[in-house]
Amino acid sequence: MTVLEQPGSFRPSSPPPWQPRTDPAPLLPDAEPYRLLGTEAADELDPALLRRLYGQLVRGRRYNAQATALTRQGRLAVYPSSAGQEACQVAAALALEDRDWLFPSYRDTLAAVARGLDPVQALTLLRGDWHTGYDPRETRVAPLCTPLATQLPHAVGLAHAARLKGDEVVALAMVGDGGSSEGDFHEALNFAAVWRAPVVFLLQNNGFAISVPLSKQTAAPSFAHKAVGYGMPGRLVDGNDAPAVHRVLTEAVRRARTGGGPTLVEAITYRVEAHTNADDDKRYRSDAEVAAWRAHDPVALVERELTRRGLLDEDGIAAERQAAEELAADLRERMNREPLLDPMDLFTHVYAEQTSQLRAQAAQLRAELAAAEEAAAGAGAGTAAEHGVAGAGAGTAAEEGAR
Amino acid sequence: MTAAVGQQSATMAQALNRALRDAMAEDPAVHVLGEDVGALGGVFRITDGLAKEFGEDRCTDTPLAEAGILGSAVGMAMYGLRPVVEMQFDAFAYPALEQLVSHVAKMRNRTRGALPMPVTVRVPYGGGIGGVEHHSDSSEALYLATPGLQVVTPGTVADAYGLLRAAIASDDPVIFLEPKRLYWSKAAFSPEQPEPVPGIGTAVVRRPGSSATLITYGPSLPVCLEAAEAATAEGWDLEVIDLRSLMPLDEETVCASVRRTGRAVIVHEASGFGGPGGELAARIGERCFHYLQAPVLRVTGFDIPYPPPMLEKHHLPGVDRVLDAVARLQWESEWTEGSEGSGRGWPW
Ligand SMILES: Cc1ncc(C[n+]2csc(CCOP(=O)(O)OP(=O)(O)O)c2C)c(N)n1
Ligand SMILES: [Mg+2]
Repeated sequence: MTVLEQPGSFRPSSPPPWQPRTDPAPLLPDAEPYRLLGTEAADELDPALLRRLYGQLVRGRRYNAQATALTRQGRLAVYPSSAGQEACQVAAALALEDRDWLFPSYRDTLAAVARGLDPVQALTLLRGDWHTGYDPRETRVAPLCTPLATQLPHAVGLAHAARLKGDEVVALAMVGDGGSSEGDFHEALNFAAVWRAPVVFLLQNNGFAISVPLSKQTAAPSFAHKAVGYGMPGRLVDGNDAPAVHRVLTEAVRRARTGGGPTLVEAITYRVEAHTNADDDKRYRSDAEVAAWRAHDPVALVERELTRRGLLDEDGIAAERQAAEELAADLRERMNREPLLDPMDLFTHVYAEQTSQLRAQAAQLRAELAAAEEAAAGAGAGTAAEHGVAGAGAGTAAEEGAR
Repeated sequence: MTAAVGQQSATMAQALNRALRDAMAEDPAVHVLGEDVGALGGVFRITDGLAKEFGEDRCTDTPLAEAGILGSAVGMAMYGLRPVVEMQFDAFAYPALEQLVSHVAKMRNRTRGALPMPVTVRVPYGGGIGGVEHHSDSSEALYLATPGLQVVTPGTVADAYGLLRAAIASDDPVIFLEPKRLYWSKAAFSPEQPEPVPGIGTAVVRRPGSSATLITYGPSLPVCLEAAEAATAEGWDLEVIDLRSLMPLDEETVCASVRRTGRAVIVHEASGFGGPGGELAARIGERCFHYLQAPVLRVTGFDIPYPPPMLEKHHLPGVDRVLDAVARLQWESEWTEGSEGSGRGWPW
């Protein structure tokens, strides 16, 4: 203190030179969400890609409707529909190669199905059957993740491991607007950027986290802008424009695969149905708002584009819808079969080797099951005996058998 | 090189370091990650030299975020690696709890065995080192309340090496609790020929005895051994069991001992309420009731947030408190030769 106060003795020091670690300008998202449909660039879109997207969108829409119907029939415990978000789901699946990994949330079963996962396997969790109905290593689809954003660090770790092993594998991880507020979102993006991990983060901004709207979720200019803070590019895309989402994701996947590091893609979309079948969206949003988004429908957008370019006619539409009906019928039929779960499986995969405590508990359950079975058999025998006394039918049959 | 094997000695910290090094040398899938584990070698130097020897891709200084570290480790394990995560201190492992509980512990189960989690989470734990707030927690009860995890803690230098090797080799996740105050304890240890030790899930009798059983683990092991020595002056011959592994729990070794001695005291630093001692006492009660000469007693940390270092000596179970508990094991009621059969004697 006293030293500084001596007149003439104070020399302002200068800090060591500073410069930003990376130029933020190229990381910034564009001012407008990227769109293809309805722009001049749409004319150059590959017809085969458009047809592929269309087929998947039609089937995806039908899949969502069928799964929601299955909740009403008690065949699914719960279904978080991606109706209205099919473009994101389908584009995510098609942007990936076979060797790549998808990290879906509970809302993203369609993305997994569009990748080729059996819909029944994709839905085991939501029917109340075993949590993951498929082998993640075989399918390169990580388990559906419910604790929000916790799947994102997994995607980073997996992509990082793949890069260390020299495999050109990309991980695409899906998260919602609400999930972006979780700490794991921040940590995953930071790790991914520091490690230059080959990850693509697809944030489906569908307007709500259950009932909570964007205004209560973030004060950022956009979710895509958050990327800049981590040192990765943020991209904004119209999430209902399937070819646009596909292009942005494909570009991000290519960038990741060739060592360019991660990208955060914000797809602006809308959840046109309630959060799940258990939700009542009338409590927090207006019909008019929903109607406005229904008018910007991802399936109709591609259908219109294909018909406009003469790439699709009534027969073509009918054929796609027929294929979707077949998928729905197959799903319905197989979901209506009673799943067979073995209660003893409760103890099978807790550890590689059962602990003595688990062995004892398994023995207890086995004994309970055996007792229940015996009781049921006894009850059955009792009934038969009563019948034997009451009517001559059973006795006669037995006698017949004996002869 | 001619030095006789067994004459060398090492600290627990050095043995842990050696275990990491040997595991990494043996299996290229083993990756170490954490805060300051690279150039610094970890704040306790347990990862000393690993980054230099194996490269920063194998021993990685991560960004400072425990959930991110453990979450990344989950993804790495999904891709076939065998991550060893260092949490800098017990109380700083808490940000990673969600990843631990919801994913590390459950992944094998939720994928029907398709995605095992060979992840080792090393956590320096416990007090007695004069650490200021948030540096001395004993959180084992949190981990034990989470099915799917193994919880292991060494109390000797040989176990530090052997159990850490076993933890890394395990296909299931292991919470590897390192007693901070034993880091600098020294014992005979040959890095070239480490003494083979029993695997995870096996308790060891560290001191055979006949009067009563002290059941303990990790930082309280030396306390119990010292108490057992002191107890000989009172005419008590105490058996000391080192659990080594809290999950899986070796009930057989515990019960065999308690059935022999008829008396048991459980000793740990973690708070008693909801602590591992309660679980052990319940199991001993369920399985050894007719052999017990006295209620099972517990000597544990108080049910308080970890105290300031100037007061921690009052909190930590020490030799005197252990001996006091032993003295309360209702010795007066013991059946002795020549006494009248009162129905309170040995049950057989
Ligand atoms: C860690 C965590 N907290 C709370 C929940 C309960 N929850 C399930 S979905 C949801 C809203 C998520 O919103 P968003 O991330 O936008 O995804 P969306 O449902 O819109 O697809 C909440 C709060 C959860 N699953 N995980
Ligand atoms: Mg949302």
